[in-house]
Amino acid sequence: MKSLSTLNRIMILIAALLIIPSYFTPLWQISLWAPQYPEGLNMKIWIDHLSGNVDQINGVNHYIGMNHIGDEMFPEFTFLIYVIGVLVALGIGAFLVGKRWSLYSFFVLMSLFGLAVLVDMYRWGYQYGHNLDPKAAIKVEGMSYQPPLIGYKELLNFLAYSGPDTGSWILIGGVGLLMLAIIRDRFEKTALVI
Amino acid sequence: MKKNAWLVAAGLIAVALAPSCKPKGAESAISGDAASKVYVAPGEHDEFYNIVSGGFNGQISVVGLPSGRVLKILPVFSVNPENGWGYSEETKPMLNTSHGFVPWDDLHHIAISTTNAEHDARWAFANANNTPRIARIDLTTFKTVEIIEIPNSAGNHSSPFITQSTEYVVAGTRFSVPTGDNTDVSIDSYKENFKGHISFIAVDKESGEMNLSFQIEAPPFNFDLARAGKNKSHGWFFFSTYNTEMAHTLLEVNASQKDKDYIMAVNWKKAEEYVKAGQGTKKKANYVHNTWDEATHSATSTMMEEVLVLDPKILKDIVYFIPCPKSPHGTDTDPTGEYIIGSGKLAAIIPVFSFTKMLAAIENKDFEGTLDGMPVLKYESVLHGEVEKPGLGPLHTEFDGKGNAYTSMFVSSEIVKWNIETLQVLDRVPTYYSVGHLSIPGGPTGKPHGKYMVAYNKITKDRYLPTGPELAHSAQLYDISGDKMQLLLDFPTIGEPHYAESFPASLIKDKQVKFFQIEKNMNPYALKGIKDARVERKGNEVHVYMTSIRSNFRPDNIEGVNVGDEVYFHVTNLEQDWDVPHGFAIKGANTAELLIMPGETSTMKWVPDRAGIFPFYCTDFCSALHQEMQGYLRVSPKGSNTALKFSTGEVE
Repeated sequence: MKSLSTLNRIMILIAALLIIPSYFTPLWQISLWAPQYPEGLNMKIWIDHLSGNVDQINGVNHYIGMNHIGDEMFPEFTFLIYVIGVLVALGIGAFLVGKRWSLYSFFVLMSLFGLAVLVDMYRWGYQYGHNLDPKAAIKVEGMSYQPPLIGYKELLNFLAYSGPDTGSWILIGGVGLLMLAIIRDRFEKTALVI
Repeated sequence: MKKNAWLVAAGLIAVALAPSCKPKGAESAISGDAASKVYVAPGEHDEFYNIVSGGFNGQISVVGLPSGRVLKILPVFSVNPENGWGYSEETKPMLNTSHGFVPWDDLHHIAISTTNAEHDARWAFANANNTPRIARIDLTTFKTVEIIEIPNSAGNHSSPFITQSTEYVVAGTRFSVPTGDNTDVSIDSYKENFKGHISFIAVDKESGEMNLSFQIEAPPFNFDLARAGKNKSHGWFFFSTYNTEMAHTLLEVNASQKDKDYIMAVNWKKAEEYVKAGQGTKKKANYVHNTWDEATHSATSTMMEEVLVLDPKILKDIVYFIPCPKSPHGTDTDPTGEYIIGSGKLAAIIPVFSFTKMLAAIENKDFEGTLDGMPVLKYESVLHGEVEKPGLGPLHTEFDGKGNAYTSMFVSSEIVKWNIETLQVLDRVPTYYSVGHLSIPGGPTGKPHGKYMVAYNKITKDRYLPTGPELAHSAQLYDISGDKMQLLLDFPTIGEPHYAESFPASLIKDKQVKFFQIEKNMNPYALKGIKDARVERKGNEVHVYMTSIRSNFRPDNIEGVNVGDEVYFHVTNLEQDWDVPHGFAIKGANTAELLIMPGETSTMKWVPDRAGIFPFYCTDFCSALHQEMQGYLRVSPKGSNTALKFSTGEVE
């Protein structure tokens, strides 16, 4: 099968290495604003833990019977570090192989990973927003509190925002590089090795 | 005859019209744009913090300028049931003195900490006049964190003025009193047995902690006010004195006899050298030193037993007297440190002394005599000049940093602006009524912000809607940025303000503590989470380890307490968010509520006096379910065997 140009191979390597910052940067963020919280409450989701105003968010949310958010709520925290490790290894593998199929495979893998993260986030958000304590102090008929998957949503007195954070943006940048490599590869006339 | 009739008629008309010829008085016009100059739009912040003494309420008011809005009443020397200051077990030691627990004092003056004669606004210092003490307030928490008692002192009025880098805070005694072992003496032995002690309290550069470094045993005058030298006069301190007649009765008359009293100039750098050289004498004196520990959220009171005293009769070059006309009240040094202004409250002029001339007079031994061996300088040798016809009853002078001085005139109820160099009066404005202190942001420092000036008045009369015989004290805000002073705002104040200082809000507003980290709470009764909530009995003491978080107390059902038990509620506010205090109050408690900041632990002692069910609840509207934040405590008769039980949320 067709070999890749050196530059395209380097782009695969960079994309693989750009996964590494996921270990040190927050991947997702959820923010809440209310009249009483003009400065906002912010929660960040990292590869294996949560940070930010988690306690305040729990304090506010217990009135409507939402579950207590904590690290134990995310089984993903126990295995995500390995999944990410495997992705980095496969990316480096794709660089070493240096064939067209390795680039395509890595791109598909990364895209599937991104999709899986979104599905997982939605599943968690649905659970968190619908699974309410029947003894909650405040009950609003027909109201659920599922946070938005991406973007803004109004929930009672709160405006909620959810979206990727630093680590994910770097990851998305890596995937963008892979797409660029694919486009470059498609438009190359000959197997000219630069 | 006809002519005379005309004259009589003219005379009658003149008499009839006479009242309309009464000269225009105090109701001076306020110009159109005043309102916009003091308008701070909703959500906007004031430009300056104004830290205002509360006088006989013993507290400090925190006011925003230019709006004049009160932001906080900050308890210092008086108990404050509003937040449990002086009532909770943790705060009680702050108000301890060598006389035991003192619940009140009279707080007159404020000093905001400085570095190189400019506000750094790390701490505010305040004096207790009646039972002599100095307090230090942390301006990141707006809390009184230290109080030191001043021994050998009575009427701590000449206090708490500071040196230019807050090396020392001073305390001069208003009343001279007998000290040491010989205190039971006849009052008419005043001249031989009474002493006027001046205290120099060192302030730690980093922590701010105060330590009574030394006292100077001065003659038995009344010490009124003081100012440190700054910039070129750094190293000196100036104290105004009155009753240099040394009268001990009917001072109104007997202390107003001499044409000149003194400003006492103290070379404290020299005094410091004598202290280092071991020239002082250690004397027995009991005074307390109370400190607040923000880690344990509690105070400790320590009894001190000794003080180092310097005798200026022997150490001849630390104290000099500058003659100053007629019972000087304020003594103020200008931003350069060159000029010392004495405000003789019964004098017809304002004398301005020159620091350079003072040094020369000392150098040339230009003395008019001595007082107990201490040199008295010649008035003319030290004088820069006199401000002629300034007004009546000069009290205090502040500065705008543009070469002008502003002196308050109590008797003629006005403020007079004059040029320090030329001594010319430039402008005068009325005050409502009988102004005491003035305050310009940065006014007493080397870097005044000459934009606003506040006058704190002693008489209010008709300025606001009347409220019976007791009225709020009035203050006026003036714009002093132009050539003419312009009245902007008239507002009521809390207590009876004396001195106040102001500084730019930007110095501290981003350094404010928003809540206390619960992990760092070292109070021995603190709880780190709801799981540890419990009740323990130790003999007749019952300790309730309680948590509060929106919107419940744990435990909230308590049984097994008997009449006469000493119940201690140790309440920890578990919130970790700004502006979520919780309160705690229980029916019949002979004390005040607790108001507990997020992450803090406070303790209320309660001795139930009868059997029954006692409700307790949160007093600070904390949340939508604040009214549900409550509990019950069952009290059984003395000697009952009701089992000790506690719970939250358990229903049988």
